[in-house]
Amino acid sequence: MPTATAIKRNAAAPADSGPVRTNPFQPLRQRALGGNAAREQKDLTVSTNIIEAQGLKRTFKARGAKGKTIEAVRGIDLSVREGEIVGFLGPNGAGKTTTLKMLCTLLSPTDGSATVVGADLRRNPVEVRRRIGYVSQAGSTSPEAKVGEEIVSHARLYGIDKQVAIQRGKELLQALDLAEIWDRTCGSLSGGQRRRLDIVMGLIHQPRLVFLDEPSTGLDPQSRANLWNHIRKLRDELGTTVFLTTHYMDEADSLSDRILIIDHGTIVAEGTPAELKKRVSGDTITLTLRTEADAANSAGIAARLNGADEPVTEANVVRFHVPDGATALPVLLGALTKAGIDAIGVDVNRPTLDDVFLTLTGRSLRD
Amino acid sequence: MSFVRDTWIIFARSMMLSLRQPLWVVIGLLQPILYLTLFGPLLQTIAATSGFAGDAWQVFVPGLLVQLGIFGGLFVGFGIIAEWRSGVIDRQLVSPAARTAIIAGRTLRDVVVIVVQAIVLVSAAFFMGLRVPVGALVIGLVLVALLGAAFSFISNAIGIATKSEDALAPMVNTLALPILLLSGILLPMTLAPAWLQAVANFNPFKHIVEALRAVFLGHFGEPIVWIGLLLAVLLVVIGAWVGSRVLAAQTK
Repeated sequence: MPTATAIKRNAAAPADSGPVRTNPFQPLRQRALGGNAAREQKDLTVSTNIIEAQGLKRTFKARGAKGKTIEAVRGIDLSVREGEIVGFLGPNGAGKTTTLKMLCTLLSPTDGSATVVGADLRRNPVEVRRRIGYVSQAGSTSPEAKVGEEIVSHARLYGIDKQVAIQRGKELLQALDLAEIWDRTCGSLSGGQRRRLDIVMGLIHQPRLVFLDEPSTGLDPQSRANLWNHIRKLRDELGTTVFLTTHYMDEADSLSDRILIIDHGTIVAEGTPAELKKRVSGDTITLTLRTEADAANSAGIAARLNGADEPVTEANVVRFHVPDGATALPVLLGALTKAGIDAIGVDVNRPTLDDVFLTLTGRSLRD
Repeated sequence: MSFVRDTWIIFARSMMLSLRQPLWVVIGLLQPILYLTLFGPLLQTIAATSGFAGDAWQVFVPGLLVQLGIFGGLFVGFGIIAEWRSGVIDRQLVSPAARTAIIAGRTLRDVVVIVVQAIVLVSAAFFMGLRVPVGALVIGLVLVALLGAAFSFISNAIGIATKSEDALAPMVNTLALPILLLSGILLPMTLAPAWLQAVANFNPFKHIVEALRAVFLGHFGEPIVWIGLLLAVLLVVIGAWVGSRVLAAQTK
């Protein structure tokens, strides 16, 4: 059942072509609680979950093999609070996009239930569609079409009046640093501009929740950083709840208030980036040696260090974890010198989400 | 009615894009004109022989019109695959738009393009000597529109279902060739041996071509006219049904 707040807000939802707002951000800003304020507010209003899913499941028929099914998503429970940026992190093929498509009504779940912005996903998908924005990794515009035309045409599918669409579209473009592109064709934009245009399209009906599927895939580092700033602004200035999938740990780390890690169709961990990193026992030390024999000997020495875990040796590289890298390093180097082993490289790394993933699944996200 | 409104929105967008790329409309036009100018004169001599009722243009132009409807519609699926690839179809599917409108709006655009091509074709034929009643031309355009709609629905549906040009191309060609050869589009089937005529009788397009030829000869009251129109309407209904089923299945 939708919460009382959800119903009330929806009644004032902007999908209709009501009175023209001079500044579409203004009323949104009232519900935008700003970065830290939003985080504190969450604890007071626990009941306003904007996504609530139980046992969401999706199986596909395997091609070729008769009667065989592939379980892409195996019964996921998840909840997203209003005002959060939630990162859905996992390797390719883990079930991220399948889950996202289910929550966006693009795929119907094989089993399970979900409420999205107060509407029941299975019983009332049309209402879910009215209330969410979706930014696909495939894009949203034809290369030959003009930016303004695509925006207005899309807005009209939500019942938004043409004049309102033009005004809102131009304001959104401005907010995403795309002010001068209204009359350009979508195909003439750069990759980063086009991705931001996709976000404008996804926000034209002022949804309270927006889904971003792999938002920075294929962008150069500068465009990525710029896009991340804009995604943060969606939440901080527009008050939009953001649910994004990514297979980049740096993206999840830098953007998300909370991360859900998915692997093989199930959520294997959940928490803030800091919470997740705490699960990894300490810092990673990576030793590079001259020969594999040296590596094997060093692994033995490393294993005897105070608090060290079982070292992993790959060719001439030894990797292991210690509670505190800074104090372990001098001891390690001393022991190596005593054993007559000459290390050519030493790295001490604070835990990353990749280490979290490795600890949880035994595999690296990069694989 | 949100279906009508959504169809119109999708149509307006597609039409705008087609107008921006007039090259394809021109290429689509060129083909019937080439048939008219390079193949039509050959028929002038054959028309004197047996099997022909009416002059060469009255026999040949109905065939070209039916061909335009079929082929004009059959190849539109390639366009919808490109749109799917750029994310436009998913973007529209995730909006509250009526599912069927997403395909019907595009089909409506295809019909408009095909009817414009048909008007150009008929005008060119007039200059080459075609003389038929105005009512016949109107029925001809209606038939072209119906056939275009049916094949556009089907082609768009196959495009969206397969999402692959490599799958669509052989399907379209497999459909097109027997339809073309067994419909008497180029030459009347009355010239064919008995067995070929028997096979052709199972091809609905043969009857549609014959209906239009009857109309071009001024025989409006013949039962074949009604059969032809009815078959064309039936094809549109089937096409629309397949199209909306495929669209609905996209989010299943």
